[in-house]
Order: sequence, then structure tokens, then C-alpha cells
Amino acid sequence: MATKVVMEALSPTMEEGRLIKWLKDEGDSVATGDVLAEVETDKAVMELVARGEGVLRRKVVPAGDTVEVGSLVGVIGDPDEDISALVGDGDRGEGGTAAATTPVAAAAPAAAPTPATSEAPAPAGDGQRVKVSPLARRIAREEGIDLRAVHGSGPGGRIIKRDLAVAAVGASRPAPATTAPYEDVPLTQIRKTIARRLVESIGPIPHFFLTADVDMEQAAAARTQLNALEDGPRISFNDIVLKVVAEALVRHRDCNAWWQDDCIRYFADADLSVAVAVDDGLITPVIRGANRKSLRDIAVEVRDLAERARAKRLTPDEYTGGTFSVSNLGMFGIEQFTGVINPPEAGLLAVGAVTERPVAVDGTVQIRKRMRITMSCDHRVIDGATGARFLQTVRRMLENPLAIVW
Amino acid sequence: MTQPTTAAALEHSQRDFYRTCLREMLRIRRFEERAAEAYALGQVGGFCHLYIGQEAVAVGAILPLRHDDYVVCSYRDHGHALTRGIPARAVMAELFGKATGCSGGKGGSMHLFDRERHFMGGHGIVGGQIPLAAGMGFSIKYRGGDQVVLCFFGDAAANIGAFHEVLNMALLWQLPVVFICENNRYGMGTALTRSSTTQQIASRACAYDMTAAEVDGMDVLTVHAAVTAAIARARADSRPTLLDVQTYRYVGHSMSDPVAGVYRTAEEVEEQKVRDPIATLRGRLEEENLLTSDDLQAMDREVRAEVEDAVAFAESSDDPEPDALYRDVYAD
Amino acid sequence: METLTYRDALNQALREEMDRDDRVFLMGEEVGVYQGAYKVSKGLLEAFGAQRVVDTPIAELGFAGIGVGAAMTGLRPVVEFMTWNFALLAIDQVVNSAAKMLSMSGGQITVPIVFRGPGGAALQLAAQHSQAFESWYAHIPGLKVVAPGTPADAKGLLKAAIRDNNPVIVLEGEMLYNRKGEVPDGEHLVPIGAADRKREGTDVTIVCHSKTVAPALKAAEQLAGDGISADVIDLRTLRPLDTGTLVESVVRTNRCVVVEEGWPRYGIGAQVVDDIQREAFDHLDAPILRVTGADVPMPYNKQLERSAKPNPARIVEAVRQVTYTA
Repeated sequence: MATKVVMEALSPTMEEGRLIKWLKDEGDSVATGDVLAEVETDKAVMELVARGEGVLRRKVVPAGDTVEVGSLVGVIGDPDEDISALVGDGDRGEGGTAAATTPVAAAAPAAAPTPATSEAPAPAGDGQRVKVSPLARRIAREEGIDLRAVHGSGPGGRIIKRDLAVAAVGASRPAPATTAPYEDVPLTQIRKTIARRLVESIGPIPHFFLTADVDMEQAAAARTQLNALEDGPRISFNDIVLKVVAEALVRHRDCNAWWQDDCIRYFADADLSVAVAVDDGLITPVIRGANRKSLRDIAVEVRDLAERARAKRLTPDEYTGGTFSVSNLGMFGIEQFTGVINPPEAGLLAVGAVTERPVAVDGTVQIRKRMRITMSCDHRVIDGATGARFLQTVRRMLENPLAIVW
Repeated sequence: MTQPTTAAALEHSQRDFYRTCLREMLRIRRFEERAAEAYALGQVGGFCHLYIGQEAVAVGAILPLRHDDYVVCSYRDHGHALTRGIPARAVMAELFGKATGCSGGKGGSMHLFDRERHFMGGHGIVGGQIPLAAGMGFSIKYRGGDQVVLCFFGDAAANIGAFHEVLNMALLWQLPVVFICENNRYGMGTALTRSSTTQQIASRACAYDMTAAEVDGMDVLTVHAAVTAAIARARADSRPTLLDVQTYRYVGHSMSDPVAGVYRTAEEVEEQKVRDPIATLRGRLEEENLLTSDDLQAMDREVRAEVEDAVAFAESSDDPEPDALYRDVYAD
Repeated sequence: METLTYRDALNQALREEMDRDDRVFLMGEEVGVYQGAYKVSKGLLEAFGAQRVVDTPIAELGFAGIGVGAAMTGLRPVVEFMTWNFALLAIDQVVNSAAKMLSMSGGQITVPIVFRGPGGAALQLAAQHSQAFESWYAHIPGLKVVAPGTPADAKGLLKAAIRDNNPVIVLEGEMLYNRKGEVPDGEHLVPIGAADRKREGTDVTIVCHSKTVAPALKAAEQLAGDGISADVIDLRTLRPLDTGTLVESVVRTNRCVVVEEGWPRYGIGAQVVDDIQREAFDHLDAPILRVTGADVPMPYNKQLERSAKPNPARIVEAVRQVTYTA
């Protein structure tokens, strides 16, 4: 007789829990009282224990997912018992780790998906495939919803239209007492997603921040020269920053990584998540293999992705799977800021405006073009010195652009 | 059929009639020979059923028709089409599959059509044309006309269900159809003696109380007389007739079938050639001094030239346009 | 409007068309003196005479071909098959002569003929008298195929079929002949090739035709009580198929159930599914499901036969599956 494993109320006030990681695999024997998984509640990380015996037949909720108290999380049963009635059908559910379904940059096919082939490419070696109805896939694409984060309620874990409607989160905050006129704007999908993900980020990730003040005279000159060339796109400071960051990352692979709960994944190529402001929020299209692309290619691609991001025409694999983020608020006159890391990435570079400031050089005061960059690091992956060494390389390349090809 | 009298006693038109019969048969013969060549050269594809040896039947039967009568036959239809007046060019072009063919390249050898000349095909399913012919007769009667329908089919078709169903209904409803069974003794590779309990096809008509007759199909004048009588009966009384016209094909069932060796002997074929309808009529006319060998040679030359012209026309004609594929599937 | 039975609607159609055009005539077994095996041609012999209402011997191949020959030479025959089961004997003339004639002749010879009769199952008529032949004819280029499910559609489609210059197959149903319905007064024609929305809805598209129209509407009624709103589309014409209307509906509802009386393999529903999945792929929230007759020769026993036919419960169940409310 099969036993359902459900998300239990592990604290008196818990309404939903995030399954951080499974401690048992499908096929493992399980006895009553065995710890099946670690669950993050509203208060702490708690253990979810088995209340039946047999074999863990199905992990219905993948690690990383948040589900309501009472939801089916797994099934324990006899090895060859038919559990299709419990899980909805006989198909394989979405087992495995959620974060791992992001394709590795170098291996991911770069083909622009058409509606008929809009399946996210399954990473090599990982047999899981996101099941989504064609309608839900289209809506997700149009609304910028990350399907990795959606739980499918259809047969076999198929994501269907209703799964995309994210339930209102928690209790609403009491409205501030005010007599001024105000307007309540309902949350769009993108706003909900940003909120959810960044809350997930700043909580668990131990951030620390490193700032460098970079001399941009040489970079400015190089930029002027490049833009004077007849053929080719206009290069911006940010394009140069992107190229430099990519080059620095492949020289400092220890900063080009993902935190994976039970390991750290270091990447060979730099897939840069470039923050782009859109109508009602923020999205990060990815420039894959930025280290292998020329400055002009990067410039063109950034412009194209940004345009499509604003038009809400990015596909999920165009805005997921980056290895490191770059965010630039210089165009708003911001001199310096600290960014929130996008998990599972381990680092983010926040770029400020290029301004002319007085600086001490060889004992004299000069007015020079300067730019402040602040790196946010996940201390689980990047230590102070590691991050500092990376930033040093970034500074060196920005201050001497020829160092990029050194 | 009365024996021809001396040349002096014959009327001019009578002589012209004989020459027309001979010429038409010769034209079919030369056309079919040339079509066989073209087939062997790959210019004609699919199935190609030749009429060589049977010319007297189509010619004798179709010449008496009025312009507004109908002809419908089987897939062995080249001779009938030519005698009915479809230009040799249009027939050859159809065999070549060209857009200038009488069916626009869509039918091929087995499906020659010419609506204006009331040549209603060219049908590929054995016996499939028999009900169609009766339907045309029904239509004529319904509208109070006096046209007639000639329906040609082979001896083996006299075994198929449609033959029996239609003979019954044709007489039941008194339809003006002349059913002409071109009895060449073989249904493809099976002799009539092996496929039928009765060899006298005409005798089947009595099951339906229909008038029938056996006719020597190797003599065009005999055929002509018999069919003329049947046509008269149809036109005047709206009564159908079944004619068992005994003929012989000197070639295989189709181009894919051997002339002899499998189901009939070469000797048998040679024996039958003695009764070649063209040679027979020619001999008669020469005997009666109605035709000289110069006349014959001139006739043959003309006919061959006409056939060569048809081939040249077919060769130089265009294939149908690619979008002809979807045309004429539905009428507006 | 007039309330008529399906049978009487057909009778009216025949009468009106025979009045209007004296090239139209009816031919088949028992159509004249007997007044029609199912009384569809009641009174026509008296009204139009024996030349125009022709009783035939039992010789389907023969008289079907005679009809084709007549159509080739200027008449507009309506050939009745007592049931479509018997038309198998005549199918050579329907397919090899009627359907292909215009093409083979290079566009010279049209065949403006109607073949009509009841098809599909009735009650306990057993295997040889219960088959649905939609797929057999809808498969053939050169034919048009219609299958009216209501008296109004029956009258309108039969009239349209008679006026069409192509061979048209009209699939009626013994179980439909007694059904009553409103028929518009005056000249009522239904265009061939146009489906009809029999009920408006937003949550699921139910596609049906002929005898499955009534069960589909019943199912829709039941579903409405449960808060599921069904858009019921009656195909009416099987060839050419009105994919435009089907796709427009599925784009709105995002799910589809296709109902038919015939056998499942290679049936009409299989083509409907193909058209919809190709043209509305991005709008589907669930696979398209089909409700069909059971894949067996029809048994005689009453309960077994009932279980072999589509019914409202099976349609409701399929809708629940595609709306994930099972």
C-alpha cells in the first residue's frame, strides 16, 4: 500500500515550504522515521521524515521548489506497485534537481526556438525534460515566466495554463495609514517572479561586496577610436565592460561558477547575464560564450537582446543559464551600487557611471574619467581574496584595454 | 449482306464508302504500330492496349453513327477514338501525356475523352463502362431524344456483374444502347474457353430477353451491316441489342503482354492473320477493281504521314503546367 | 419556421429540387411504388411520375453506374442506396467513375450526381447493417461528402448537393429520420463546406456530426451545470472540412474533444485532430481526445450495441480529461 509524502506543517505558522534538497533517491529503501528531505519553512530548515516504509518510488517535487503545506511531495511504495492513481498517470514526474536542468552554455544549441520545437533543450546526460502544454509554453514565453520554477499539475507533471497563475503570496501587508490618494497595481507575472527569486536569493546567499574605482581614460580613448571606424556598430562603455568581465572570468574560473548545494559548478565559458530594464521590471538576457565573441558581436547582440527583452519576445533559454551577471545603472547617473546575486550564479558586477573626478596621480591632482564597479560575491563560492583578484584583472583590462588580448 | 457486284454496277458513293472503311482501318493500324514504337522508346508510359487485328469492329460500328450519338468503350480505345474523329494529333499527344492531348494529359491511353464528339471514354475497370453506357441511354430517353449509344467491351467483361445487371435494366427500361462485345477470345491471358461456361456470348442475352446476334468481326462490311441494324432498332424503338462480334487481336493484351507463347501459340496467331480485316477488304476491293495497288500505296503513305505528323506534334507539345495537378478535380 | 422530421425535410428538399429543375430525378430500390424504404420519397412517384422516380432492381453497381452515365450526359440524378452498407457493391462506380471522371477527362465531363441514403448504426441491426462509411468517401478527391444531423441541415444540404455540379455523398441516418426540428420557411440552402456552431462556449470545443450532434449537446448541457462551457461545432460537411471554424474555436477554448459514430482507426476524427494540431498547436492546453464507436463489428445484443456507441457520459468524461477536472 503506497504512502503519500506531503509537505507537512513543520512550524505552527507555516503555509508553504521550500524543498531544499532530497536526502534519498528514487529507488532507495525507506523506513518509517528516515529523513527524506530538508525543507525550508518560514522559520528554519527542518527535516521531512518518512511516515511509511518501502521504496521511495517518486520524488514529485524537485529540490528548490516551493509548495503549499499539504501538497504531494513524494510517494513511498512497493517496488512494482502501480502508483499511477496517486501521481496522476504513469509518466515520469520531474525528479532530479531543479537547478540542474539549466543547460550548460557550451553544450546548449543556440538555435532560436520556433513554436513547433519550443521544448527547452534537455542537458546532455540529464534525462529530465520539462513537460509543458503548447499553450502554457506560449504564455510563459510571452509573459517572461521561468518554466523551471513552475510546478506542473497536469499528468506526468505537465505544466498547464492554470499552473502559470501564481497564487497571491502570503498575507497582504496592511496598507499604510495615509490620507494621500494612492493606486493599487496588481502584480504582473514578471514582478511576482522577480520578487520571489530575489527573496530566495538574498536570504540564503551570504553576500559580501568589493568595490573598485577604475580609471577609464584609456577605455574612453579606445572607445572613441573604435567608434571612428567606418564599419561596425557603435560601442558603448558597457559593451567594453562586458567583454572585459568575460575575459577576466575565464582567467578567474573560480568566480565563473554556480552554487549547487552539494557541489560548485565551474564553467569553461563566460555566459553573461546582462541586466535589462523592461516596462515593469528587470530581466537578464544571456550572452553565451562572451569570452569567445568579439566586442562588436557583443555590442550587436546586447542591443538585439535588450530590444527583444523590452518587447517581451525573449525565449526562456535566452534569459536563463548565465554564469555571472553584469548590471549597469550608469545611464541613470548612479555612481555606485550593490547588486543582488541571481542564484545559482555566484557573482555579479554592478557598474556605475563614468564621471570626471579629481584623482591623485603621482602626487598631483588630475581630472580623470573614473568608474566605480562593485562586485557582489556568494561567500560560499568566492572568498575575499578570490573576488579581489578577479576585480584586479577587471581593473587592469579596463585601464589598459590591450591587456584583453595579452 | 449482299455480295458486291461488278464495278460498273456500284455507285460512286459505295466505292467511297469502301475506301473510307479501308483507310480508317489502315489509319488505326499504322497509328497503333507507331504507338508501340513510341512506347518501346519510353515516350508512352503506363498501360498501352493496342487494337491491331480488331480494326474492323471500331470502323464498322462507328461509321454509321450520327454526330450526336455516343460512344463509350474500354481501355483499348485508340481505334474507337480515331474513327470517331478525334484527331490523331490529340490522341498521340494524350498517349505522350502532353497538355495538348484530348484529355489534357490527365487521362493517358486508357482514358481518351472528347465531349464535343460524344466520345465518353476510355474506362479502365473491366465492365465499368457498361452501366455508364446504359445511363447515357437513360438520359437520351428521359429527354425524348433519338440518339443511340454504342458500348464496347471485351468477351471477359461478359462475366462481370455489371454486364448482367445492366443488360437486365437496359431491356427493363428499354434503353437505346447497342452493346458490342468485341470477342477476341481472350480476357488478358485467359481463354474464353477456360473462363466461361458458354462460348456463345450472344446467348446470354436471352436470359434478359434481349435481341442478340453473332457477327464476323474480321469483315468490316459485315460489322457495319449488323451495327447499322442495331442502331436502327435503338433509334426507332429504343430497344437495346447485344452483338457478339468475333474478332482477334494480333498483339498481346497490352504492351506488357507477349504476343504469343504463354497462353496462345504463335501458330494460332499466324493462322488468324490470314483473316486480317485490312488484307481482306483490300483483297476484295482489288478483286473488284475498286482499288489499285497504287491507290493503296498512296493511301498508306498518307496515313503514315498523318501518324508521323501526330508523333511530331506530340513530341513537340508541352507537358501540362505543374499546377494542372490540382485543376479539374472539382467543378465550379 | 416549421417543425419537421428529418425525413420530411429530405422529402421537401427532393420535391422542391425536382420541381425546380426537370433534369433532377430519383432512382433506387423501393423509392417509387413502395414510397421509399424509409419513406423519404413518400408521394414523389405520384407527384412526378415513373420516369422521374425510378424503381430499380437490386443491382447497386448497375444502377449507380447508370446514374453516373446519365449525369455525364446532362441529367442530375439522385441515386438512393437503401443503406450505405449496400453501396459497397456500387463503390467502383462512385469512386472510379463519378469521383475521377472530371480529372481523367481533363476537365471535360462533369458528374452532377447525388448519392444518398442512411448510414451508421440503428438498433440491433448487427454487423452488416450498421457500418459508418464517412471515412471511405471523405478520403476521395473528386467527391464532396455531407452528413446533416438536424432536419434543417438535412433539407438545406440535400438541396445544395443536388445543385452542386460535383458528385456529392449524403450520409443520413435511420435513427435521425424521426428527429424533429425547426426548418426555415422558403428557399433554405445550407452551403456545402460550412460547419455550424450549435452551442456557444468558452472552455472546450466539442466537434461532432450526424448522430453525435444530439449526444454532444446533451453532454454540453450537463457540463454547463458543472461550470464547464462547451463550444459545440457540428461539422455538417466532412469533405471539404471547415477547418477555419474548428481552429477559431480551439484558439478560444484551448481544448478539444472530437465525437463520431464510426470506428476509431483512420476515422473522420483522426483528420480533424490532424488539422487542429497543425494549425492551433500553440493554443492547445491538452491533447485532443476522441470519442468514437468501439473498434469491433457491431454486435446484435442490445446492451453490447449500446456500449459500442458514443453517448453523453463518454463525451463528458473526455471533456473532464482535457479540462483537467477529472
